[in-house]
Amino acid sequence: MSGGWNWQHVWDSLPTLLEGFLTVTLLVTVVGSVIAAVLGLVLELLRRSAPAPLAALLTFVVNFIRMTPIVVQLMFAYFALLALDPLTIGIVVFGIHYATYMAEVYRAGIDSVPQGQWEATTALSMSRGRTWRAVIVPQAVRATLPSLGNYVISMFKDTPFLIAITVPDMISNALRYGGDHFRFTEVIVVAGVIFLIASYPTSVLIRKLEQRIAFTT
Amino acid sequence: MPSPRDIDPSTPAIRFEGVEKRFGDNVVLQGLDFEVARGDRVTLIGPSGSGKTTILRLVMTLEEANEGYIFIDGQPLTHTDEGGKRVALKERHRNEMRKRIGMVFQQFNLFPNMSVMENLIEAPVHVLGLSKADAVERGRELLARVGLVDKEDAHPSSLSGGQQQRVAIARALAMDPEILLLDEVTSALDPEIVGEVLEILRDVARTTDITMLIVTHEMHFARDVSNRVMMFDGGRVIEQGDPETIFTAPTHERTKSFLSAVLGT
Ligand SMILES: Nc1ncnc2c1ncn2[C@@H]1O[C@H](COP(=O)(O)OP(=O)(O)O)[C@@H](O)[C@H]1O
Ligand SMILES: [Mg+2]
Repeated sequence: MSGGWNWQHVWDSLPTLLEGFLTVTLLVTVVGSVIAAVLGLVLELLRRSAPAPLAALLTFVVNFIRMTPIVVQLMFAYFALLALDPLTIGIVVFGIHYATYMAEVYRAGIDSVPQGQWEATTALSMSRGRTWRAVIVPQAVRATLPSLGNYVISMFKDTPFLIAITVPDMISNALRYGGDHFRFTEVIVVAGVIFLIASYPTSVLIRKLEQRIAFTT
Repeated sequence: MPSPRDIDPSTPAIRFEGVEKRFGDNVVLQGLDFEVARGDRVTLIGPSGSGKTTILRLVMTLEEANEGYIFIDGQPLTHTDEGGKRVALKERHRNEMRKRIGMVFQQFNLFPNMSVMENLIEAPVHVLGLSKADAVERGRELLARVGLVDKEDAHPSSLSGGQQQRVAIARALAMDPEILLLDEVTSALDPEIVGEVLEILRDVARTTDITMLIVTHEMHFARDVSNRVMMFDGGRVIEQGDPETIFTAPTHERTKSFLSAVLGT
């Protein structure tokens, strides 16, 4: 490995890097986020409505998942469920791991809905189900969108851990290219730049969203 | 359960029987008895902290009494007496009773995630089972009545406080309540728009036979719409009568000093 920046390696590695980005990094982030957003809400609603012992168990499981590194969870699921394809395992583990964080975000969002909203639903004789679906959840989700967005970016940046379970994401493709050509500098920098190009607009979007929410409520 | 429309008209719309309400050690209402006849417009007056809001919230089942019973159209609201034992009634029963009662809040409490029309039709469609078309038609009539025909697609946050409160009144009326509870509905409004909201409530009072229980500091309004005024102090009714008598010739010292403080005389 010798000095100097070689643009040839940038162009040559780009296809395999982009392939890893699109077929794994982006896929895991998008599908994982959807799972996390939906499962997180379900977890929080269950925790609130389930009988006390079940709610306590749920809180324990959620804390357990939050307090252990995602790479350990990926490896555990990979070795425990060898029959499943590693990409599926990756998506599901990312979804569940981040669901526990998003559940916490939803909790704060639900608590932020003013008491007067609950009282209005009572005064209108609305059912519990309708109260949650039509009034509380929409307002809670709206209040939590920026935080949820930040967790999506975190998840995106955690995807290189997929290398631990042999899923060919962008970083593992970069390392493979590097190993084949005994050049790592360019590929790693390019991978970093691709991450930056993808996260930056997302974070700008989230900031915009934050401002819009601040203005309209 | 008999529908509100075929109840013996002599049965009071609201009856409190030995109601006690405590918050921790703070006894707010004690041994409270009173009745509101069907179609009555009763204004509750009294110093701040005397429990007026609490009474309205008890009727709306937003609070639960610690002792005693509340009857709506002669039927127990949240608790019933079974052989001397005070028994809590099920949520299903409470929700049936609630359908007869509407409330307008000081802070409006419109749903900010819905348009004005969505606010108006949410409960008629999902609670009363009206078709969406019927609910929208009724919603438009009510918006016309509160002078906001052009606002059905507006977002509550884009409306002024006075407009929001008018929507909140329309939303309560959309449920066709038998009893309407008004808790200081103009207190959060700028003085120059208080009038527009009160004018709508005067109109509601004139054109419907809804039983109204009102808490307000607007004594002119109380005088115009109510046929009875109850003065509260220390968790009890200390004096009541028609507005003319209470406002011009109160007998109780506490009423006199309260009124002179509010009216600034
Ligand atoms: N949720 C509550 N928790 C504790 N105390 C309360 C609560 N609501 C009302 N109170 C107390 O009950 C008393 C009566 O309050 P309220 O009914 O609001 O009076 P009013 O409407 O006549 O001003 C006050 O002392 C108030 O502090
Ligand atoms: Mg009050």
